[in-house]
Amino acid sequence: MGELRELYQSIILDHNRAPRNYGALPDANGHADGRNPLCGDEVTVWVKMDGERIADVRFVGGGCAISKASASLMTIAVKGKTATEVGTLADHFQAVVTGQVAAPAHTDPTLGRLATLSGVSQFPIRVKCATLAWHALRAAINSAPGTSAPGTSAPGTSAPLGAPPGQ
Amino acid sequence: MSHRADFPLLVRQPTLRYLDSAATAQKPAIVLDAVREFYETSYANPHRGAYALSGRATECYHDARSRVARFFGLRDAACLIFTRGTTESLNLVATAWGTHNIQRGDEIVVTRLEHHANFVPWQQLALARGAAFRIVELTPDGQVDLDHLRRVVTSRTKVVAVAHVSNALGTITPLAEIASVARAVGALVVVDGAQSAPHMAVDVDTLDIDFYAFSGHKMGAPTGIGGLIGRRAILETMSPYQMGGDMIELVGDDRTSWNVLPHKFEAGTPNVGGAVGLAAAAGYLTSIGMAEVRRHEQALTAVATERLASIPGVHVYGPDAAHRSGVVSFTVDGIHAHDLATILDQDGVCIRAGHHCAQPLLRRLGVGATARASFFVYNDRTDVDALVAGVRSAQALFHGAAA
Repeated sequence: MGELRELYQSIILDHNRAPRNYGALPDANGHADGRNPLCGDEVTVWVKMDGERIADVRFVGGGCAISKASASLMTIAVKGKTATEVGTLADHFQAVVTGQVAAPAHTDPTLGRLATLSGVSQFPIRVKCATLAWHALRAAINSAPGTSAPGTSAPGTSAPLGAPPGQ
Repeated sequence: MSHRADFPLLVRQPTLRYLDSAATAQKPAIVLDAVREFYETSYANPHRGAYALSGRATECYHDARSRVARFFGLRDAACLIFTRGTTESLNLVATAWGTHNIQRGDEIVVTRLEHHANFVPWQQLALARGAAFRIVELTPDGQVDLDHLRRVVTSRTKVVAVAHVSNALGTITPLAEIASVARAVGALVVVDGAQSAPHMAVDVDTLDIDFYAFSGHKMGAPTGIGGLIGRRAILETMSPYQMGGDMIELVGDDRTSWNVLPHKFEAGTPNVGGAVGLAAAAGYLTSIGMAEVRRHEQALTAVATERLASIPGVHVYGPDAAHRSGVVSFTVDGIHAHDLATILDQDGVCIRAGHHCAQPLLRRLGVGATARASFFVYNDRTDVDALVAGVRSAQALFHGAAA
């Protein structure tokens, strides 16, 4: 049960049961859907950009505990950050959950509480669950007028087709 | 009794609880040996070489076809076309028969149970030809609603495509009743047999159907081999699906004539090794007896269903054991199927989690994903014990002392 306890820490189970920033964001100026076609997980992320900065971010999605908790923790971590900062953080998070960099101590100052998801690196099949919301966030930022988050969006992540920027 | 000892992978991994045979089955030694023996003694390109070794390969291929045809109760072995599997077989029918026989205004009928492989080819054919695409709904316990079928099938219906057994719920569909409704309006009956071929006796000559598609890998054969069994009169009128190699008779500068059945539909160098393995798998299942296979899986399914359903917060989908193959699809309150699969995997219990390539069905059930345990000849009660224990420990992990 060791690795399982590491994966399903109480913070993750708590965010799964009671996700933060959950629900649509009516005055969003960017949003995107993320889909994991293998398991049917879906997430929609809304952002309200104030210039380069994320003034507000919310999500909706039905998926596994990892994807839901990851999205919830992400919204807390990125609120108030600039698109560029989000891009850097997303890259670092991706590197940690894929095991490309050693799993940090849970006090990792860069990741903060996101570090509770580092246990995912022991479960390669579940990496997509942890990164789905981040890909959607990048696409949501890119769909907002005049902003873009560095990095690329994964396949299956898309801004709404035909939607003019800002809608 | 369990036949676990016949399966080298399961013998080498004695703690593994393999409960995903609806996705693919493990391979008995007798199949692996047959394939190896073929490649070591008789391998060459069949139908081509003017030398004895090629003749032996041709003979092996021919012999494999006869044995697989016999397994399915098919007297006319030339009506068995080897394909890569069920998906290719169904696409073959939808393409080679469908594009020449479906016109604007025709209707194509499928059921809510279908795997994407027996849903999407027909949906796309309907879109391409301007035909209507109709879906027969289910009863609350996941069986085909025959009353709805009778209302949906009309004189414009040209084809009824149906799974013999649902991969997602395990539902065994009443083929005789469905076929008689289709026959009454002259519609073709196309059966997805991927989940019935490995698990119950199938006698195609006594089923009043036109096409039966199946996959070898779910029967214990290697991947990449399967078949399409068709009615000769229909196969004869169909144009080839792919061109080149074995399906050719004479090629002129301006036109080409086709080889006879079954070669007309087997373009390229055939998968002889796969066919040999498939024949060995059919032989293995015959040696156990398909009635015994069914009885064994039904008993495990009944126990698993009952024990899972008795756990608070667990919901089992689909019909009772009498109308169900060895598939148990379920959800656990507060635990997504993916998390459940990860937790079970830590104890060596392999289950499937997701939509099982049956999104239209899961949408109707109102769930994004289910957990699915499925049985075959190597499973026994200890696998069910491990499954039930794993579900309980997942509940303990997620809900603390409440479970």
